[in-house]
Amino acid sequence: MRNFKAVMAAAAVSLTLAACGEGDAPKQQATEKAPAKKEVVEKKAAPAKPAGPAKVGFVYVSPVGDAGYTYQHDLGRKAIEEKFGDRVKVSFVESVAEGPDSERVIMKFAQEDYQAVFATSFGYMNPTLKVAKKFPNMAFEHATGYKRAANVNTYLARFYEGRYLVGLVAGKMTKSNVIGYVAAFPIPEVVRGINAFTRGIRTVNPDAQVRVIWTNSWFDPGKEREAADTLIGQGADVLNLHADSPAVIQAAEDAGIYAIGYNSDLSKFGPKAHLTASMTNWAPYYVKRVEEVLAGNWTGNRDTWDGLKEGMVQIAPFNAAVPADVQTMVEKAKADIIAGTLHPFAGPLKDNEGKERIAEGAVMSDGDMLGFNWYVEGVVGKLPN
Amino acid sequence: MIGFELETLVAILLGVARGATPLVFAAIGELITEKAGVLNLGVEGMMLVGAVAGFIAVVATGSTGFGFVAAMLAGAALSSLFALLVLFLHTNQVASGLALTIFGIGLSAFFGLDYVGTPIKGLSGLYIPGLTDIPVIGPLLFGHDIMVYLSFVLVAGCIWFLNKSRWGLILRAVGESHHAAHAIGYPVIAIRFAAILFGGAMCGLAGAYISLIYTPMWAENMTAGRGWIALALVVFATWKPGRALIGAYLFGGVTILQLNVQSMGLDVSAHLMNMLPYLATILVLVLISRDETKIRLNAPACLGKPFQANG
Repeated sequence: MRNFKAVMAAAAVSLTLAACGEGDAPKQQATEKAPAKKEVVEKKAAPAKPAGPAKVGFVYVSPVGDAGYTYQHDLGRKAIEEKFGDRVKVSFVESVAEGPDSERVIMKFAQEDYQAVFATSFGYMNPTLKVAKKFPNMAFEHATGYKRAANVNTYLARFYEGRYLVGLVAGKMTKSNVIGYVAAFPIPEVVRGINAFTRGIRTVNPDAQVRVIWTNSWFDPGKEREAADTLIGQGADVLNLHADSPAVIQAAEDAGIYAIGYNSDLSKFGPKAHLTASMTNWAPYYVKRVEEVLAGNWTGNRDTWDGLKEGMVQIAPFNAAVPADVQTMVEKAKADIIAGTLHPFAGPLKDNEGKERIAEGAVMSDGDMLGFNWYVEGVVGKLPN
Repeated sequence: MIGFELETLVAILLGVARGATPLVFAAIGELITEKAGVLNLGVEGMMLVGAVAGFIAVVATGSTGFGFVAAMLAGAALSSLFALLVLFLHTNQVASGLALTIFGIGLSAFFGLDYVGTPIKGLSGLYIPGLTDIPVIGPLLFGHDIMVYLSFVLVAGCIWFLNKSRWGLILRAVGESHHAAHAIGYPVIAIRFAAILFGGAMCGLAGAYISLIYTPMWAENMTAGRGWIALALVVFATWKPGRALIGAYLFGGVTILQLNVQSMGLDVSAHLMNMLPYLATILVLVLISRDETKIRLNAPACLGKPFQANG
């Protein structure tokens, strides 16, 4: 059931912060020479071991629903409840807009003496840091951001590893050698996904090309559908997406072609079309961090970027249409990535204008991957700037 | 580069029709409301409420037709709230319309909570053996879904209603000069009420087209601003139904065109192309606002003005 109480409470937040005055300095009498004693409060930038159940809050950018970005985070939240039972008290607030709204919600959690808050969207970065400053004894965890503090950690999934794997499937399943990609905004995170997907495709099918359409919106099912139909019209027979609705999968199902899901298993929107999906699994990370909070040894200033190896990235079960040898190949590639012998962005790596970006034997650095602003060989067109 | 084959062109044109149809329904609904002298900026909210009501009805009954009926009722019900405010309590129409949109967004999100991620069967295009099979012409004439044809029927009906029917002329009179219409004995408030309800029903229908046919699913805020485009279309069309239809296809066509340009890898800014219809709207506004007489010929003279019978 939905946590109406938390939603209502968040809606009714009134920010009447009791002003914590310093208190007047004690009046010094002329006869008294003794210095006034000053109490020193030790400020430790980490939550102490909680006495009762640990209170953990989650802030979501969209409704939980039953598929998609927020849904995956919520599965992680449920994993915490399952693992720790009544040692934790977990609540969440959904559809919290990035910016001032999120600051209010995070602040509310802090004022109610929560031990830890997971802020699950990029735009919560500055609000999280702002509240964290005021509550040094609380643990803050921010997904996808790049700013940390003494009591703020950041975490991100190596999603490109999953994209590479589903790229292998797409490269094998295409007959027209045109593969379509419906994407939201041309930011490094999305570009990295397109590039990793394309690398997977070209590994098994050097003739295939990827065509990209930007919808310039995180959420517009109608436009995602139009983009998918357009790509199908231009000959694409496998589609992938970086957007938040299943419209692309529906379009593929209607047209009788294949599609690959994103974030969650979207097969129910296209049972015939849906080959597999690249998915995030936040549960291991969330369980680990809450465990630290419970033990009193949680620390801040850490950045986590995990992938297949840690189980933060997964792929969905294969459609029966995917041949057994392709499935075996994908499993092997997955094992190689986990072993560190395979990297989606290992050289030689050319951009789509033919310039060599990574030399033979070298591997792209994390920093370069985080700032991706060009297409790899195999993607059609120019990246909008 | 992939050449434009005929099949691709047909697919594109079918897509344009799908994109334009909800805009046609919403724009025509708003056009009738404005012709009666009422400005309802709640289009987006009414569309969303229609979208969610239609979706819930289809999940419950399995009948798309029933879904559309439910959507019209829901849209009309929400617009009756607006009618109550502006006709009887004389609230500011702009503010009330904006509030209606915000209310509709929240209301639809609330009722749709448990339906997010529920798949339903969409309505596919018509198939008339023999006719739809004719190459190119067949699918273009006989391959759309039923609502596309109904939108054309609606436009034709509105043109006839506004120009040839007695009540249509009375409705226009109410929009042009409510005091004159009142003086010769026409029920101004009742006519406006009816126009608002019709507008609400059509916006509900437009929303249901999106949640039942275009992308058969429910998702919060899924109309994604199309209600505002419909409002712009009414101005673009200078309050003429035929032009609203052309405008909707122009808007839809430009969108599809820019998507095609993108996937071909041509270096044209998508943002610039997306702006074109709005630039055209502004241009029309500038043109029709150049002098008093032109404005009077186009916008209903009493648009947005509350009516109180004097004496």
